[in-house]
This record gives sequence, C-alpha cells and structure tokens, in this order.
Amino acid sequence: MADAIAGVARTQVTVTVNGQERSGNVEPRTLLVHFLRDDLGLTGTHVGCDTSQCGACVVTVDGVTTKSCTKLAVQADGCSIETIEGLADGTNYHPIQDAFWEKHGLQCGYCTPGMIMSAKALLERNPDPSEAEIRHELEGNLCRCTGYQNIVKSVQYAAEKMRGAG
Amino acid sequence: MFPTSFEYHRATSVAEAVAMLGEHPDAKILAGGHSLIPAMKLRLAAPAMLVDLTRVAELKGVTLGDGVATIGAMTTYDELRFAEGIADAFPAIPEAINVIGDQQVRAHGTIGGALAHNDPAADLTAVFLALGGRVEVAGSSGPRTIDGEDLFVDLWTTSLEPDDIITRVILPLAADGARSAYRKHAHPASGYAVVGVAVAIEAAGGVVSKASIVVTGATSKPTHAAAAEAALAGKAFDADSLAAAVSIAADGLEINGDPYASEEYRSQLIKVLTRRALEAAMSR
Ligand SMILES: Cc1cc2nc3c(=O)[nH]c(=O)nc-3n(C[C@H](O)[C@H](O)[C@H](O)COP(=O)(O)OP(=O)(O)OC[C@H]3O[C@@H](n4cnc5c(N)ncnc54)[C@H](O)[C@@H]3O)c2cc1C
Ligand code: FES
Ligand code: FES
Repeated sequence: MADAIAGVARTQVTVTVNGQERSGNVEPRTLLVHFLRDDLGLTGTHVGCDTSQCGACVVTVDGVTTKSCTKLAVQADGCSIETIEGLADGTNYHPIQDAFWEKHGLQCGYCTPGMIMSAKALLERNPDPSEAEIRHELEGNLCRCTGYQNIVKSVQYAAEKMRGAG
Repeated sequence: MFPTSFEYHRATSVAEAVAMLGEHPDAKILAGGHSLIPAMKLRLAAPAMLVDLTRVAELKGVTLGDGVATIGAMTTYDELRFAEGIADAFPAIPEAINVIGDQQVRAHGTIGGALAHNDPAADLTAVFLALGGRVEVAGSSGPRTIDGEDLFVDLWTTSLEPDDIITRVILPLAADGARSAYRKHAHPASGYAVVGVAVAIEAAGGVVSKASIVVTGATSKPTHAAAAEAALAGKAFDADSLAAAVSIAADGLEINGDPYASEEYRSQLIKVLTRRALEAAMSR
C-alpha cells in the first residue's frame, strides 16, 4: 500500500498473526482485511463483497470468529490473529483442509479460506454438529460454485476426524 | 470498498467517551460495528470521528438480581444468549439471537448497538420492547433512563441525543415465570426480518394479566400489536383466546410493503408468526 498520503494521520498497529509479531502503519479507515493482505502480504484472506455478507474474509481475532472486512486494523492492535495461512504445518494440512480436499468441498476456491475459518470456529464450539447446525452456522459464508453439498460433507468429515483424533 | 477518512479514538471509560462526543459533534460511537462499518464502506455514513467502545470493560456483562436483568450495552449477542440465567428468564432472547445474521454477526453485534441503530427489520428491538425493557443512558446532560416505549421514534431513529451513550439495558424479570418467545420469517438474501414477532405473556393462575406482542420488520419501528394484546388481556390463556388474538393481530398496524413483500403478505405473516410465538409461549 502507498506509504503516508500527505496529511493523513497514520497509527502504528502491532498484531500477532499466526504466532508471529507483525506491525505496520495504517490509516484509521484501513480495514483489517486490507492490512492483512496489502501490508502483511497474507493474501489467503479474501474480499468477496462490499456489504459484510460473504464471509470470504473470515479470520479469528483473539479467538473470536471475525469478518476482517468489518473490523478496522486499528481495532486489532495488540490482538492475536489467526488466518488461513496459520492452519497448515508445512505440507501437513489441518484436518478441515484435508476434509475439503477429500470431499471436494471447493471448486474455484475463492470462498474456501473463509469457509474453513468459519467451520473451524463452529467445530471448536460444537465438535459434533448436525447437518442443520452446519448449514445454519455457515450462513455467513457464501459459495457461488459448489452448491454447498460438498462443503457440508467436508465439515462432517472433518468433525469426525477431529473427534477421533481428540 | 473502504470508508472515507476519519479520526479514531479508542475510549477506555464511559466518561471519556461522553467527553469525546461532546467535543466532536461529528463523532459517532463504534460498538460491534456490524451496522456502522458496512454503512461506512458503502459511504452511506461518513462520520468524522469514531469513538470505539469495544474495550470499555464497564459496558460489558450481564447480572440478574433485584427483579431485573442488567445488561451492559457492549455485551455481544453471543455473550448475552449464553449468559447464566438469560435463557431461563427470557427464552425469547436466545431464540431471537439464534436467527440474527450469521456466526460472525452474533459474535460481534451488541445489544446497545442494536437498540441505538433501530433498524426497522432488526430482531432484538422487538424482544426488548415486548419484555418491557428500558435503557440507561450517559450524556452531556448527565445519566438518565429511557423507557423502551419512548426509545424508538421512526426508521433508524431513536430519542437518543447525538452525544448520548446507552450504557445499560434493564429487563424486568416476569413475576410469573418466563413466557416469552420470538418467531421470524427471514429475508432469504439478507437474513433480516421480513416480519418478526416477539411475545411476553404473564398469566398467573391461567388468566392473562399482561400480554405484550411486538411486531418488527413490517412496521417503521417495533410496534405493539395492540388489538391482539387487548384480546388476550383478562382472558384465560387458552386455544380460544389465542385464536381470537391471532385473527386481529395485524389490525390497526401501519404495515409497509415493498417489491419483495407486499403489505398484504406481511399482514398474513404477522398473524402466522403471532400464532407460532403465542403457542411457544403457552408451552412454557
Ligand atoms: C451480514 C449481516 C447480517 C445481519 N443480520 C441481522 C439480522 O438478521 N437481524 C438483526 O437484527 N441485525 C442484523 N444485522 C445487524 C447487526 O445486528 C448489528 O450488529 C446491529 O444492528 C448493530 O449493533 P452493533 O453493535 O454492530 O452496532 P454498530 O454498528 O457499532 O453501531 C450502530 C449504530 O448505533 C450507534 N451505537 C452503537 N452502540 C451505541 C451505544 N451504546 N449508545 C449509543 N449509540 C450506539 C452507533 O453510533 C451506530 O450509529 C446484520 C449485520 C450484518 C453485517
Ligand atoms: S469481504 Fe464479504 S464479508 Fe468480508
Ligand atoms: S468454491 Fe468457488 S465460491 Fe466456493
């Protein structure tokens, strides 16, 4: 992002992203998603809408599931953020990532990072959700490709694997 | 898109936030941000300053005692619905919150923000009114209490002054147990209420001593279905009185129509949802 436009006050923001401390200088109006993508280069978090309705931008902030397009970067100062990039350990994928692969839970992949981050928040609260609960909790994540069937199957598969592992 | 430029101030206390609003007439409170930030992204709102309340600890938390529930304005939907005692005392609250927006909206939206914003299709505004709630407010003219009946004025308009902050929401505990319920028909795209109906019934000894039925989505502000309330008052709370109330639930209301849902369709939904909500309350 262009540095310091004349006359616009910037604030230093320091966050811990996926365990690493990162900082940058932002205008108050910088949305968290733009800070992650443009300043920190974490482009796995997507932007799919202007209206806070699509969920492509979902991350967690201090453990709370968050649309990063609906939070200001300055609000996240001092917080711990987890993005899609933080889930895999090298090529060792998170069980939810594996499940989306196994069950064909994606086509173009645009919605997938947000979908996986929302699924993770859901499974942390409810490790054994019903199909209806999965659909209800993922209402804020829109997918224009899959028709959702395989996304639901992926989350069910991940839940089963994660219960088995736990 | 991103908002127009503004100054940002993170408040640490109510007093500080009130002072900031007093000094900066163009400033706005930032609560959960799930109405304000989308509006700013679309540039429907362009405040010169945001006073962020998210880290004001004194505005958080829920306590039950002395015949009331006291809810900090910055308590999020999720914190409220899972707070100890809330679901038992006010079953309508978790019912309504469960159908607000999505996982992320429920994690960030606040009760204070919902009431101050007064969206005509919001859910918790109707529940708050049906439960006989009031708000405590801090402002340059000192603290005061506004009864729910005086809070909502019109579409997105309340009786709050520009430098007023809702600090607490007070809900009286029903003398006769918790017979409240909320039913909603959600717009398939936005998730907001096409029509929502909140009911709270007190019927000690089987006779209705207090009937509150509040409609949202269909009207410019949350509005009592006064005809249906009158039909229940003093009657036995049974299938007959329920049917009588339902048949006139939309009477006397100024119902809005739009290309998605006509006035007639919304009137019908008011009846259907009033019946479902009253049946749920009766079963409690
Ligand atoms: C995708 C999406 C779907 C949604 N679906 C629904 C739905 O189905 N039903 C529903 O009811 N809502 C829905 N909402 C709106 C959501 O409930 C909002 O969070 C809520 O209306 C506003 O609360 P907030 O804390 O986010 O307030 P903010 O957006 O921060 O503020 C809203 C307004 O209230 C003012 N304000 C906030 N707090 C105070 C206070 N304590 N004192 C004085 N003024 C204050 C602000 O200055 C601002 O003008 C949805 C939102 C989104 C993004
Ligand atoms: S980008 Fe669409 S909800 Fe955040
Ligand atoms: S896979 Fe293409 S939008 Fe979901």
